[in-house]
Amino acid sequence: MATKKSNTIKLKFDSARELAPAPESKSAATIKPQYELFINGKFEKPASKKYYHTINPATEERISSIAESNQADVDRAVKAARQAYEKTWKKMPGKERAKYIFRIARMVQERAREFSIVETLNGGKPIRESRDFDVPTAANHFFYYAGWADKLEYAFPNRQASPLGVAGQIIPWNFPLLMAAWKIAPALATGNTVVLKPAETTPLTALKLAEIIQEADLPPGVVNIITGAGATGAAIVNHPDVNKIAFTGSTDVGKIIQRAIAGTSKKATLELGGKAANIIFDDAPLDQAVEGVINGIFFNQGHVCCAGSRLYVQESVFDQVLRKLKDRMETLIVGDPMDKNTDIGAINSKAQLDTINKYLKIGLQEGADMYQSSCKLPGKGFFCRPTLFTNVAQSNRITQEEIFGPVLTIQTFRTDDEVIAKANNTPYGLSSGVWTDKGSKIFNLTTKLRSGVVWANTFNKFDPVSPFGGYKESGYGREGGLHGLYAYVNVK
Amino acid sequence: MAKVLTNTKKIQVHLNGNGKEQVPAKRLNVLKTYKMYVGGQFPRSESGRYYPALNKSGVTLANICLGSRKDFRDAMVSARSAFSGWSARTAFNRSQILYRIAEMLEGRRAQFIDELLQQDVPVKQAETEVSLSIDRLVYYSGWCDKYQQIFSSVNPVACSHFNFSVPEPMGVISVVAPQNSGLLGLVSVIAPVIAGGNTCVVLASSEKPMCAVTFGEVLNSSDLPGGVVNILTGKVKELAPYFADHMDVNAALYCEKEEATIRMFKEKSALNVKRIHLYNDINWFSEEGQSPYFIFDFQEIKTTWHPIENIAGAKSGY
Amino acid sequence: MAVNGTLPDFSFSPHVDQVGIEERASRFTKRSIKNETKVNGLKLALNMIDLTTLEGKDTDGKVKQLCYKAMHLHDVYGGLPTVAAVCVYPSMVRVAKQALGNSGIKVAAVATAFPSGQAPRDVKIRDTKFAVDEGADEIDMVISRGKFHQGEYNFVFDEIAAVKEACSAARLKVILETGELVTYDKVRRASDIAMYAGADFIKTSTGKISPAATMPVTLVMLEAIRDFYYKTGKKIAMKPAGGISKAKLALHYLVMLNEVLGEEWMNNEWFRFGASSLANDILMQLMKQKTGVYQSPDYFSID
Repeated sequence: MATKKSNTIKLKFDSARELAPAPESKSAATIKPQYELFINGKFEKPASKKYYHTINPATEERISSIAESNQADVDRAVKAARQAYEKTWKKMPGKERAKYIFRIARMVQERAREFSIVETLNGGKPIRESRDFDVPTAANHFFYYAGWADKLEYAFPNRQASPLGVAGQIIPWNFPLLMAAWKIAPALATGNTVVLKPAETTPLTALKLAEIIQEADLPPGVVNIITGAGATGAAIVNHPDVNKIAFTGSTDVGKIIQRAIAGTSKKATLELGGKAANIIFDDAPLDQAVEGVINGIFFNQGHVCCAGSRLYVQESVFDQVLRKLKDRMETLIVGDPMDKNTDIGAINSKAQLDTINKYLKIGLQEGADMYQSSCKLPGKGFFCRPTLFTNVAQSNRITQEEIFGPVLTIQTFRTDDEVIAKANNTPYGLSSGVWTDKGSKIFNLTTKLRSGVVWANTFNKFDPVSPFGGYKESGYGREGGLHGLYAYVNVK
Repeated sequence: MAKVLTNTKKIQVHLNGNGKEQVPAKRLNVLKTYKMYVGGQFPRSESGRYYPALNKSGVTLANICLGSRKDFRDAMVSARSAFSGWSARTAFNRSQILYRIAEMLEGRRAQFIDELLQQDVPVKQAETEVSLSIDRLVYYSGWCDKYQQIFSSVNPVACSHFNFSVPEPMGVISVVAPQNSGLLGLVSVIAPVIAGGNTCVVLASSEKPMCAVTFGEVLNSSDLPGGVVNILTGKVKELAPYFADHMDVNAALYCEKEEATIRMFKEKSALNVKRIHLYNDINWFSEEGQSPYFIFDFQEIKTTWHPIENIAGAKSGY
Repeated sequence: MAVNGTLPDFSFSPHVDQVGIEERASRFTKRSIKNETKVNGLKLALNMIDLTTLEGKDTDGKVKQLCYKAMHLHDVYGGLPTVAAVCVYPSMVRVAKQALGNSGIKVAAVATAFPSGQAPRDVKIRDTKFAVDEGADEIDMVISRGKFHQGEYNFVFDEIAAVKEACSAARLKVILETGELVTYDKVRRASDIAMYAGADFIKTSTGKISPAATMPVTLVMLEAIRDFYYKTGKKIAMKPAGGISKAKLALHYLVMLNEVLGEEWMNNEWFRFGASSLANDILMQLMKQKTGVYQSPDYFSID
């Protein structure tokens, strides 16, 4: 048998991407032309009288008008939360609080399809992900924490937990509903009341959640959801009657918050950026590792703080892994987020697309080799091809800075010690991944990698019972699981 | 450092073989040089500066190193390089070493009581302070291999993965120790930090620094690897900003109530998202002065996922 | 004909993570196949079927009926392809060959003491030669699973190579009987042995053991084929068999094939479904697509 040189062989995947459209129907969800602020159990017009447009990043079409809160609105929301805290919520027996949270969980499940559609229309993520991940996981989060509300005395050995008061919560645009659930569920379970601000570009599912909260008859003021941009967030952070700040977003803003509350007794939990290492050893199950790398960096267009954006491959399997990665990238379908076959949807905003493109330029200027899949991109909307960079160094900016897009850098390594050192050589420490078939090596690495989550032979898994949060500049505090309760209580 | 030190108040009771009090020896006392404890060594301040430790009557008890920014920098290098070794020690071994520290301290009880007395602590309180310090070390020695079990969890995720969360040491901790206590405060903050596998740079009480230096000698004779605990002496006002802004410090602990310093710690901590803890309302002489939650304060929670193979009958979605 | 050059040590075949491969396999099922893609896929699936009867009670009459069905799947629906092959025991090859005439449909025979493979090598070779002499275009052999579990990989390898030689021009399908190998690691190792020993196809199952073909097990084998192709330049065909009876599932398999090996494998030279009842379910779906009305089995001939 004549054997050909492997570099002349190429699998062809054009047909894999050319599937007939399979769009989810928009009619299964209603989006109002205008949304107000949810304060004290009612939808109220903003004192600012101002509204801004929210768009569908896949089409750049305006889909609704959103109220912009000013200081007076923030004051009203905090006041409502304070009153609800003092008058009802902190006095309510845990088992009753639990039932409200359970109710919210159920209602999210009942309206799951609608939530998925709205999430995708407003955020650009593929409907497959909203449907199979974001919305069910959000509902599960409410379920999980609901059950804690009347069991807190078991959570903190030999200590009594008490709520902090009013929690100001500011969430990002990458998982709008899920982040709202991550924030609201544990806060309510522990007896706090909430003022939550969704991200400027993705307010719709949080406002839909407000509708549910209203329907669930949650006492007015226990959860207040107010919309706006950075100034609204700052007003929440700086409000003297807020006891706790929970923030998920960039490390830069996290640091600003840390400074802003320095002169106060406010508690904070920060869930910030990341630049996770994903490490493949030569004895790894390579095809599953490649799949893990794909999920690690292309899930949600790479808009994931724990994305596995730095790939380290043991040199002896580098060629194999690279080829498998490229083949797999060829089969990724980029396009209309509402199509059920889409793997990579729209970049969340023009600004974020500009940032990503800036980094692609930097990568090329730094002398790295860029590879992008050959897929077509839609003519309108904000899209980016799945991208990888080889021939990069630890000192390149593209390997050091968080890009928050579908962009992977690949480096090789030779020994365990080398890769551990390189993986930890970053100010971040949110997550990391290890792929090897050898159990003892897994534990060596999972112990030495300085990050809050380590995925071994898997990546980008999330669960309400599983604590999530960072080391170092990736923030502090945990969300999810038993440890997520600490963020919302004083223990005495 | 040229120095002359006379200590007229020093209690010197010597007993001879038959229990009779002996006339004080006529020989000249050998006085101790109080140096800092960094990287398992006892250096003087690189700055060459010192300050006198005075008692209430204003008598100079000793010349104390006036630690500098660069001393802190050097101590940080020691602490960082000691971290990987110390955190990798088995919990049992850390426990043994903390117990050893307690043993060494017990052996030098009299010396510490003596130093406390010199620094105007009443006899009763001095004895209590040293006893409590020893007991506190024993207490945390016992916790070394147990707090993990209290603060860990196995998390029943809704998929075929094994998922667990364990505490891990944060790294290098900068500590401004309680200033009103010469020994107990110091021990109470160092013990939980190192029991949890961290290393630290500690600024001792600047008013009562003598026990801190002597405690360094105890540590040095206790199998504790050099660099795990680094004790500086000096002024809080001068050094605290470096404790707060050093980019290689993972967490900082401040034990005083000074508002401006608290604010400074919190603001500067934003440089590298340092964790900040304030132990400024704790009575170290009481039960609340010890707790596994003090260990937990300097732990990160790490969550690990791994698939669970479940082949039985090569099941699949269909 | 085995691949020349250095053989790999099959003890070091790549490992497979069970949870990972099953997640990947289930991801293919999330593809939504609609409209013309669906119709094309269904027709392609029909054309990939090895229509199978492998029963002790098979007779000439039964095989002839099956062959007629193979050529005339559903004449009401114009322009349908035929199936790829009819798969029978060696004793039925001559009948099938005659019945199929020059339809272009291949005759495949299971040989080598199918389904257990528990027979001496010379019996297996004779079984194979008999089927080939009777006119079989393709031989479906079984590997010696007992020997495989004993770690006698050389034995398994040599046996496949010997059967391959006995096949002369017939294409050889090597059945791993994955339900008896149990773990994906072993499926991968057996796939590698079969390909290096000269298999033209690797095939999951005899259909006599449960579980038969599953998507993850097929995915393991497709990945083995891809790695072998990159290493040697030689294309190997794939045949999942048993347990695929629904059109929707067949489409999931095609999505998987398309995304693992690409379009060059998307034809019946390189992929087959071993199935007996799949054809009618696909036909019902095609009729539904054509008429817009859900169908009843009463309108589709059993064989």
